[in-house]
Amino acid sequence: MSKENSAPSKKKKGVSRRNVLKWTAALGGVASLSAGGLFYGLKKANRQPNSDEKIVWASCNVNCGSRCALRAHVSDGVVTRIETDNLGKDTYGSHQVRACLRGRSMRRRMYAPERLKYPMKRVGKRGEGNFERISWDEAYALVAKRLKKAIDEHGNESVYLNYGTGNLGATLSKSWPPGATPIARLMNCLGGYLNHYGDYSAAQIEYALPFTYGSGWVDGNTYADITNTELFVMFGNNPAATRMSGGGLVNDIVQARKKSGAKIIVIDPRYTDTAAVAADEWIPIHPGTDAALVCGLAHVLITEKIVDDDFLKKCCVGYDEDSLPEGIPAGNSYKSYILGKGDDKTPKTPKWASEITGIPEKRIIQLAHEIGRAKPCFITQGWGIQRQANGEQNCRAICMLPILTGNVGVQGGNTGAREGSFGIPFAGFPTLENPVKTSISVFGWTDAIVRGPEMTATRDGVQGRDRLIAPIKFIWNYAGNCIINQHSDSNRTHEILQDESKCETIVVIDNFMTPSARYADILLPAAFNLEEDDFAVCGWTSTMAYQIFAPKAVEPFFESRTVYDICTGVAERMGVRNAFTEGRTRNDWAHWVYAKQRANTPDLPENLDDAFTQGVFKYERKGKPAVPYKSFREDPKTNPLPTPSGKIEIFSKRLWNIAHTWELREGDVISALPQYTPTWEGVSDPLRSEFPLQLIGHHYKQRTHSTYGNVDWLKQVAPQELWINPVDAEKRGIKHGDMVKVFNKRGTVIVPAKVTPRIMPGVLTLPQGAWYTPGKDGIDQGGCVNVLTSQRPTPLSKGNPQHTNLVQVEKA
Amino acid sequence: MLKRPAFYIDMEACTGCKTCMIACIDKHDLPKGILWRRVSEYTGGDWNKDGNGKYHQNVFAYYLSISCNHCENPICVRSCPTTAMHKGPDGIVSVDHDKCVGCRYCEWGCPYSAPQYSEGLGKMTKCDFCRDYQREGKSPACVAACPNRALHYGEYEELADKYGSENLVAPLPSPNITQPNLIITPNRNAKPAGSQAGKISNPEEV
Repeated sequence: MSKENSAPSKKKKGVSRRNVLKWTAALGGVASLSAGGLFYGLKKANRQPNSDEKIVWASCNVNCGSRCALRAHVSDGVVTRIETDNLGKDTYGSHQVRACLRGRSMRRRMYAPERLKYPMKRVGKRGEGNFERISWDEAYALVAKRLKKAIDEHGNESVYLNYGTGNLGATLSKSWPPGATPIARLMNCLGGYLNHYGDYSAAQIEYALPFTYGSGWVDGNTYADITNTELFVMFGNNPAATRMSGGGLVNDIVQARKKSGAKIIVIDPRYTDTAAVAADEWIPIHPGTDAALVCGLAHVLITEKIVDDDFLKKCCVGYDEDSLPEGIPAGNSYKSYILGKGDDKTPKTPKWASEITGIPEKRIIQLAHEIGRAKPCFITQGWGIQRQANGEQNCRAICMLPILTGNVGVQGGNTGAREGSFGIPFAGFPTLENPVKTSISVFGWTDAIVRGPEMTATRDGVQGRDRLIAPIKFIWNYAGNCIINQHSDSNRTHEILQDESKCETIVVIDNFMTPSARYADILLPAAFNLEEDDFAVCGWTSTMAYQIFAPKAVEPFFESRTVYDICTGVAERMGVRNAFTEGRTRNDWAHWVYAKQRANTPDLPENLDDAFTQGVFKYERKGKPAVPYKSFREDPKTNPLPTPSGKIEIFSKRLWNIAHTWELREGDVISALPQYTPTWEGVSDPLRSEFPLQLIGHHYKQRTHSTYGNVDWLKQVAPQELWINPVDAEKRGIKHGDMVKVFNKRGTVIVPAKVTPRIMPGVLTLPQGAWYTPGKDGIDQGGCVNVLTSQRPTPLSKGNPQHTNLVQVEKA
Repeated sequence: MLKRPAFYIDMEACTGCKTCMIACIDKHDLPKGILWRRVSEYTGGDWNKDGNGKYHQNVFAYYLSISCNHCENPICVRSCPTTAMHKGPDGIVSVDHDKCVGCRYCEWGCPYSAPQYSEGLGKMTKCDFCRDYQREGKSPACVAACPNRALHYGEYEELADKYGSENLVAPLPSPNITQPNLIITPNRNAKPAGSQAGKISNPEEV
């Protein structure tokens, strides 16, 4: 094993003719099956397994929020079939971590025609996708030369590690967070790199909720607590697409629902699969207006006196004038805002909320009664709501419902944040410390290419410095598709990247020729996670944590190498090999990490190979579901929150100060209270006269973001489609299956229409993550929603507002 | 082996994730266009504006994962002119490729569209209930795959004792045609057979 995993020597690694033949067979065999079939059905069933067939544990490491165990059948060095966890009797609590459809298609992904085989350098223009094969030696030398140039001419803060979640959940080869990758370790040996904060999933909620509940991650009750509640209200949140593992939250919600007598309400513009399987009622709502609904509900709760006054007095500040922080003038409390006694003089009545949200006034009043009277009530939110131009407001506003009704810190209640999870920490690969403290928003990297040194702390959210000292000149992009596919406004990004005098070098390390890989200057093929030893930590769960030990199933494909070995190669050319490796091979580090983990979880076997043989280790959470903030609620004086007041800050003085000091774009609002703010390209934007439809981009079972986006099996069972309501379709003569053109001023996408009542009138949804495939005219034929999304950041977290878009649609 | 193998679907747990379909494709190396197990989406409901310009709706949707039901009275077997399609002593309905001439009569007969023609082979193919797995004591690939434990299999009588004998919700055909070895626990959205409340809304996927 040590030999197989050793760092590459100067001698070019050989690829045997035998290996090439068997890979070609794997690829070609697949192709001929598509053309009509060599063996399947009964003939396949009667086929004798090859004598050398073995079954190896593997994991699916993608950014879906779950994590699954796989069992790879390997025959003659090729993965021939994928099964999943089959351990035990599948009793809930120690149940099997069954993979979803994506994990089950893993062999089709690892042998997809887009798989990279050799190191390459770009020829022609960026984004054209023309490359020339080079040797690893040439590749390392080229990367080192360009990296030296960037550091020498512009400093370490011109080098950026882009967000990438294509190998999330792995340990040695993890791609996220970028600061925990071998690339970060390499850069830290070289003087550091420009950091980023936040992520494309949850930038707004992660930034905003700590103002309400204190610093750090704001926890929630788990889905297991649905069994202890009377009413379960989901704002957005679709675990049937975003937490799909049979060892993850979708199974937890299905299991909890069976045992629970709670009513379940889903509030979402779309009738999701979660709504279909679990909800008693669906309340459709215009995108971006959740905060308005909350205001209308709050108006009923306050005027009809169904709020929990004791809880508000004891645990919160800013509900009424009595608990406003010092120095804040009267009229700024939440109660004043809702009742129309604040600056805007607008009572947030259910009728007012109805006009904005599209929800009938009566239903708002009735919902307020239901929420106010259910004891306890479990209110949770997904993250689509916060990926809106007013996302920070929406997510804080939703938390007002459990706060007003005193459902925080109780069994069967919740904070209003996303549901909680149960996990066991796993040791990490050490990446040393980044000497550079400067950080930009995860969403700000294209701006940092264009106008880096103009970006400031109070205008652009630069952290660690008042202003950037260099533009981004060099990008490392490992296992990520944010260069073009998952970042907003693909056409603008394309233009920015066309100018090679701005960002001078893009190094992409990936398994596939993704849309982002086409923008590489140097393109390096990474080993697939089934081609290396690694450890995978569990995803989001309610009742059972687990760890997956996944040994190398097959040899790396053609000339691909592990990311550790790639970084070692560059480290050597940069003169920091010893600092980078500390004399260890990747295999040595695997044992090093395993030894650390055994200190955390001593029941793991002494020998790593035994852990690889067993594959999955499970830990059941016994007893009643955890209740975050319970001790605070019971005794807030002894157990204060890490807010300035120690209490829940309905009114945040920190936000008040930010609102009075930051430079904001016209129309952007930061406010001390969680309030409804209309936005650009929102439901009330006059631009709707030209682009009348709101467009969101939901998560879809076919892909995890863009990962698996190239797998034909998945595209067959879950094709890319634009969801459109029959009301909107009829007006435009669009029928189910018609090709349609979706467009705004940023771009145009051609995609088939799914005409369905499951999306509300006035709203379209184009599932995010489809691979950007522009024709010569620049029109995307792949159905990539980011051709239509904007790079304008949200006011507070400077995050991605990718569900705030106005578009028009017509028959193509 | 079971004597009268049957599938059981708990619609309360089925999210329409299609993992069963992919597990089936992987297990049997099914080429594009052949899907022995298919998840149909049955959707209905209308949107109507009230006097205040607000929409009201009664939208519902549910999924049904259906393969061959290895029927007691399999019409595919009755339709087959060569006896290639047969029901074995293990209750599994399968095709003998040495006898199949690819006439496709079974395909036309089956109300569940279970037998599917392969251009490449010039013969019919269909779900074999993972007979090889069952012989090894393993569950069929689709059943072992189901993340939400909506899909089960077993001896018909035992499943019926446990879950009842319901086998008909929209859009399934009348069980009188073939007596399918299928048991369903409907969910609250499920509509009765023959209902006009919805339709199969994902024809392109099945």
